[in-house]
Amino acid sequence: MTAVTQPDWQAICQRDDLVAGGGVCALLGQEHVALFYLPAQERSLYALGNYDPIGCASVLSRGIVGSIGERLVVASPLYKQHFDLVTGECLEEASAAVPVYEVRLDGDSVLIRG
Amino acid sequence: MSELDIVVIGNGMVGHHFVKTLVESGAPVRITVLGEEPRPAYDRVHLSDVFGGSAPEALALTDRETYESWGVQAHFGEPVSSIDTAGKAVVTSLGRRFSYDKLVMATGSYPFVPPVPGHEHKRCLTYRTIDDLGEIRARAKDSRVGVVVGGGLLGLECANALKNLGLETHVVEFAPGLMGVQLDPGGSGMLRRKIEALDVRVHTGKNTSNIGAGDSCALKMEFADDTELQTDMIVFSAGIRPRDELAREAGLALGERGGIVVNSSLQTSDADIYAIGECALYEGRIYGLVAPGYRMAEAVAQQIAGSEGAFTGADMSTKLKLLGVDVGSIGDAHGRSPGAISFVFSDERKEVYKRIVTSADAKHLLGAVLVGDCGEYDSLLQYHLNDIELPAEPEALIAPAMGDAPVLGVAALPATATVCSCHNVTKGDIVSALDQGCCDLAGVKSATAASTGCGGCAAMLKNLVEDELAARGVVVDKSLCEHFPYTRQELYHLVRVGELKSFDALLAAHGRGSGCDICKPAVASILASLWNDHVLDAAHATLQDTNDRFLANMQKDGTYSIVPRVAGGEITPDKLVVLGEVAKKYDLYTKITGGQRIDLFGARVEQLPLIWRELVDAGFETGHAYGKALRTVKSCVGSTWCRYGVQDSVGMAILIENRYKGLRAPHKLKSAVSGCTRECAEAQSKDFGVIATEHGWNLYVCGNGGMKPRHADLFATDLDDATLIRYIDRFLMFYVRTADRLQRTSTWMDNLEGGIDYLREVVIEDSLGIGAELEAQMAHVIDSYQCEWKTTIDDPQKARRFRSFVNSEEQDNTVTFVTEREQKRPGRKVKAQAQRIAVGE
Repeated sequence: MTAVTQPDWQAICQRDDLVAGGGVCALLGQEHVALFYLPAQERSLYALGNYDPIGCASVLSRGIVGSIGERLVVASPLYKQHFDLVTGECLEEASAAVPVYEVRLDGDSVLIRG
Repeated sequence: MSELDIVVIGNGMVGHHFVKTLVESGAPVRITVLGEEPRPAYDRVHLSDVFGGSAPEALALTDRETYESWGVQAHFGEPVSSIDTAGKAVVTSLGRRFSYDKLVMATGSYPFVPPVPGHEHKRCLTYRTIDDLGEIRARAKDSRVGVVVGGGLLGLECANALKNLGLETHVVEFAPGLMGVQLDPGGSGMLRRKIEALDVRVHTGKNTSNIGAGDSCALKMEFADDTELQTDMIVFSAGIRPRDELAREAGLALGERGGIVVNSSLQTSDADIYAIGECALYEGRIYGLVAPGYRMAEAVAQQIAGSEGAFTGADMSTKLKLLGVDVGSIGDAHGRSPGAISFVFSDERKEVYKRIVTSADAKHLLGAVLVGDCGEYDSLLQYHLNDIELPAEPEALIAPAMGDAPVLGVAALPATATVCSCHNVTKGDIVSALDQGCCDLAGVKSATAASTGCGGCAAMLKNLVEDELAARGVVVDKSLCEHFPYTRQELYHLVRVGELKSFDALLAAHGRGSGCDICKPAVASILASLWNDHVLDAAHATLQDTNDRFLANMQKDGTYSIVPRVAGGEITPDKLVVLGEVAKKYDLYTKITGGQRIDLFGARVEQLPLIWRELVDAGFETGHAYGKALRTVKSCVGSTWCRYGVQDSVGMAILIENRYKGLRAPHKLKSAVSGCTRECAEAQSKDFGVIATEHGWNLYVCGNGGMKPRHADLFATDLDDATLIRYIDRFLMFYVRTADRLQRTSTWMDNLEGGIDYLREVVIEDSLGIGAELEAQMAHVIDSYQCEWKTTIDDPQKARRFRSFVNSEEQDNTVTFVTEREQKRPGRKVKAQAQRIAVGE
């Protein structure tokens, strides 16, 4: 497992493109990535696949972000299932996880690896 | 078993209740109803409400269609003229003959008119039917002074009616006091005091000897004590007499002073003929209240359906509001039981009188009189009905609170205790409703019908439900979500009083965690209702629910639909062309909505500002179809075109829609205005609906379509434009202020203690003194209105949020369309997981 070569970090958009307290969608090759920017949190940036596997539409970046217990989540805007921003797990349907991407800020650039 | 033929004579409240009960029992019967009045049963108890603002139709208990759907053959305006007991048939005024296996007489009573010379004068009327009301109203038009003969319960109701009609009102009573049957002299005296303070003149101990032509008025009443009273009209309400003439002619046994004699099975002297309600005489007594009549009806229905049913007398305790005065009478109000002792409290300053009558050992409550304050009625009634032992010092039950008065806890009531006497619901019924899964007050009300009649038991029912839930360990947690230990109402209050302008400020002051998809939209709505900032301002945008977030309605594939406002459903041909052209240009699916607007589907998020630029330039505004906000005010074409319209319903609908557009509320709000009583705009299915009358507008509130349709309730009648708007302002703001999250107006009202009466007090009488405040708040919302879409497209910071991808101009390739019926629609999708499996194989 350790031998797999990591893809390189690449700039995907600017900090200014993000919405504080919510999400936006960016294109990574042909993949739709939801970027969530929570400046009030210790870790401020999160990235998930944008495609809602339950509602079957590319919409997760348009959901409401919040917390359930200690977990940070986004609620799908279609049918309101919650997806963990850190792990991509769906809290209501264990089989419906979404991909997670490594993401960080470098100055005003948003860098992603995936 | 072959079907029994049941014929019912009379379709008053009791006759109708019998039919309803029998139909609901499912017994194999054919029912024929023969009614004297031209209309199906209505609520006679609330007759005077018609003068207080209700429409006569609002009193209806049923209609012809309902009877038809029950398979009941009903003939109204066709009284029975004779009963052939030998041939077991009745003959009607039209000569038609109906055979019966069982005959039920529910002929009711008629108002007693004392045989005073002159009582036939055309200005002398009676008070019992809707037709009587019409005559009283007509006569009142050219009258200044009105007299009610009779100071009993009905007489005082009638006095209220005359007062509401604007007449100088007098009550003339033969006996020495008012309501002599229900009240002792002390209570009667206090009642008189209070009624006279309301400018109703009371004359007791008056024996009318003649009615002749007057001098200053149309009539002159002369009394046996040589005094006289001038009046323009007289309404007799001096007691009732049973309608027993058919029974008499048929040879049935009658009481000495009238009434059809019945046994405990309600059978008359002919075993196949029953009598129920006010025409029946049981153990020498006529029961002139509706509740005992209902019990009789149920007993007979049970027998016909094959089970046991009996009537063994009924408690005649009663609680009511007469001319706004609370009056209660329980059991032996006069203390006539042998050995009875009394405890009396009288406060002439506050005009309150209370008396309890107990057994000699002061352990059992035999009766009570309450005037001016009925707060203890429910407790006292339960002590009386269930023979619960009184506390050691029973006087504390009625003494004003000097420390803690002993209160009869609902937990102490036996299961047989009647909580709602209108619908005969016991504590046991309520407990079993809770056992079967009801978990709140509204659920119990709809399951048992408790507190849906007069509403007198509302407070007790609420206590009982809460007590029972607590006893089951159900903690009624009213927290909005894990982030705020408050209800929506409490949060609203915190935001308003603390003048908090953002979610973050509220969370910092009163919450914990990061918020969620429950509290964020709820708080966003509260902030919008109170301060009305743009919902996409930086502080608010990410709080908004799915549709508000992009000011459009998200569809299943992530695209949006657009609904421009078409106020009142009125649109020019030019604007229709614009909608068509825009739809064509952006290839949008178009559909007419239920709210008389046009919905354009299939727009991608980045197309929304482009489309709205064209719509705004053509004069359209946002329609708020995406918000928990005022949606549409539907209208019929009204008096401007329609042959039947009596008011300009389109004009009023446009006025209302433009006034309240943009108002954010706990749930969506719909309205409609109909131009006449034909109600083509379906206003009675709306949160607030308006129907034109000859004299103005009738306002209906708290209806809705949707999952659980509910007809709106008539709230006020014949309003002028300004009053209509004032009532709607207050109604809407009171709802916005006090409703729960996502609670529609109907459930909100069902959960208000006191229901629509309470709502009327708040809105019409301004009982909370917040009318001006509510209006001012509404004025702020109206003054700060902006078209959210115009502001959005004019503000580059807001407009740039409408992008599919922040780093690419590409379109969302997961959105695909197919063509159906010459328009596009979303292509069908296979679930991602299923797709994956298919690929793997």
